[in-house]
Amino acid sequence: MVDPFIASLTVFVLAVFVGYHVVWNVTPALHTPLMAVTNAISGIIIVGAMLQVVDINGSEITLTSVLGTIGIFLASINIFGGFMVTQRMLDMFKKKKK
Amino acid sequence: MANISAVLYLVAAVLFILALKGLSSPVTALRGNKFGIIGMVIAVLTTFIIMDKPVLGLIAGAIVAGAVIGGWKAKTVEMTGMPELVAAMHSLVGLSAVLIAVAAIFHTGVEHTPVQKVELFIGAFIGAITFTASVIAYGKLSGRFGSKAVSFNGQHLLNLVLALAMLGFGIAYFLTDSHAAFLAMVAIALVLGVTLIIPIGGADMPVVVSMLNSYSGWAAAGIGFTLNNPVLIIAGACVGSSGAILSYIMCKAMNRSIVSVLLGGFGAEAAAGGAAGDSGPKNYKSGSAEDAAFLMSNADSVVIVPGYGLAVSRAQHALQEFAELLHEKGVTVRYAIHPVAGRMPGHMNVLLAEAEVPYEQVLEMEEINSDFNNTDVVLVIGANDVVNPAAQKDKSSPIYGMPILEAHKARTVIVVKRSMSVGYAGLDNELFYMDKTMMVFGDAKKVVEDLVKGVVH
Repeated sequence: MVDPFIASLTVFVLAVFVGYHVVWNVTPALHTPLMAVTNAISGIIIVGAMLQVVDINGSEITLTSVLGTIGIFLASINIFGGFMVTQRMLDMFKKKKK
Repeated sequence: MANISAVLYLVAAVLFILALKGLSSPVTALRGNKFGIIGMVIAVLTTFIIMDKPVLGLIAGAIVAGAVIGGWKAKTVEMTGMPELVAAMHSLVGLSAVLIAVAAIFHTGVEHTPVQKVELFIGAFIGAITFTASVIAYGKLSGRFGSKAVSFNGQHLLNLVLALAMLGFGIAYFLTDSHAAFLAMVAIALVLGVTLIIPIGGADMPVVVSMLNSYSGWAAAGIGFTLNNPVLIIAGACVGSSGAILSYIMCKAMNRSIVSVLLGGFGAEAAAGGAAGDSGPKNYKSGSAEDAAFLMSNADSVVIVPGYGLAVSRAQHALQEFAELLHEKGVTVRYAIHPVAGRMPGHMNVLLAEAEVPYEQVLEMEEINSDFNNTDVVLVIGANDVVNPAAQKDKSSPIYGMPILEAHKARTVIVVKRSMSVGYAGLDNELFYMDKTMMVFGDAKKVVEDLVKGVVH
């Protein structure tokens, strides 16, 4: 059985390479939308926050669940704000396609 | 169940990668964004599958509240304010990472392995630095704090001491499981975020924003390691490398090494160079907007070089109107964008897109530079350092080696500027004194409106 850390590390290193190559192909004109969408994608941290908001030994409101809830709130701002503002910017680029 | 969720997470991760891939062209970008949204929905729903006794009320409430605020911000933000919004969002990811790490530390239902402790430590300190550094960056960008670089003696020593103290408390936590040590470590990292960013000046903010973009990704990946969650690791790693690439591009465009940006103090260095370059008063020609409009209406090709000064005076729409008029007269009009034309990577492109400039007319530096030789008129508006020939000729110039738009190679150059004052880098620009250059003084918006009138007559 491989240590979970090694499995994670494998995924991480490969993902860095994928990200590196994909992002070099992004056209410079869209670098601002790229930053906005990566903001939305880093909102994926919501998953980590959600995992903290669980019933622990019979109690729903614990320090852990409250901190997790705030984390979900913050990550949601990023997710909704990031995807929506990216959409808004990309619409501006699209309109001009006469 | 575990297998199903793992597969769904994989699908979400692939969708995120497709979202980034879509940005290789404006045509595919909208579809990419939709992929990203679907990926996020899948990731969140999948998390419910793997959760043991989730507190649904809290989770749903937090998501709705975040959606309202995020949606409102996305709808109302001005395009000139994008750098602030992006910096603010980086801070949220950072804070979120800190909260998750602290929540995990106080999670009484879970025992952390030694490896997980290290991962929590890394996730928390990157998150904390990202958080406070982004808050400062936000303040500098929005003008709430001065954009000046703050430096004092022993700054680097202080940072080193803080970093070592942070590491020390991290080790203490690792050995003793002390919550207090973990919190002390987080507190020091929060301070470090501030002390690392205050010496960096306003001109370097595009690099800093890109760098914090990268950090926010690494923070997410760090939390992913702790939770052994592949979608967090993959998304975080992609965001991390994206920000790193943007930082690199920005540094190259400004001819700055990442190390010198981080150590700060650009202002001082540039002022010294500027003083040395001065050699008495020089002559320049100035003309009216009508003269400029006449020149451009009778040209075959015009290249417009916009700088951030254009956006500051909100002249983009009038400029687009002017370009349309020239186009109707049979003049080929194109825009040339320097990578640091705006206040963040690609900022000027978005500002022009907002003004309905067709993106086919907007060219990057590498695409347009070889064409300046054959261009009749170059119109420089609100830009200065990015067209300074000293970057190519004058070895003693602080910006020597910085890639520039070769406006000086065109037959005629028209520069719209408030006055003869120097640019960001504090340097004089010999382009303004060339025989073929005509200066048009005034507020960019006012001048462009006069240009429009000049063409009509």
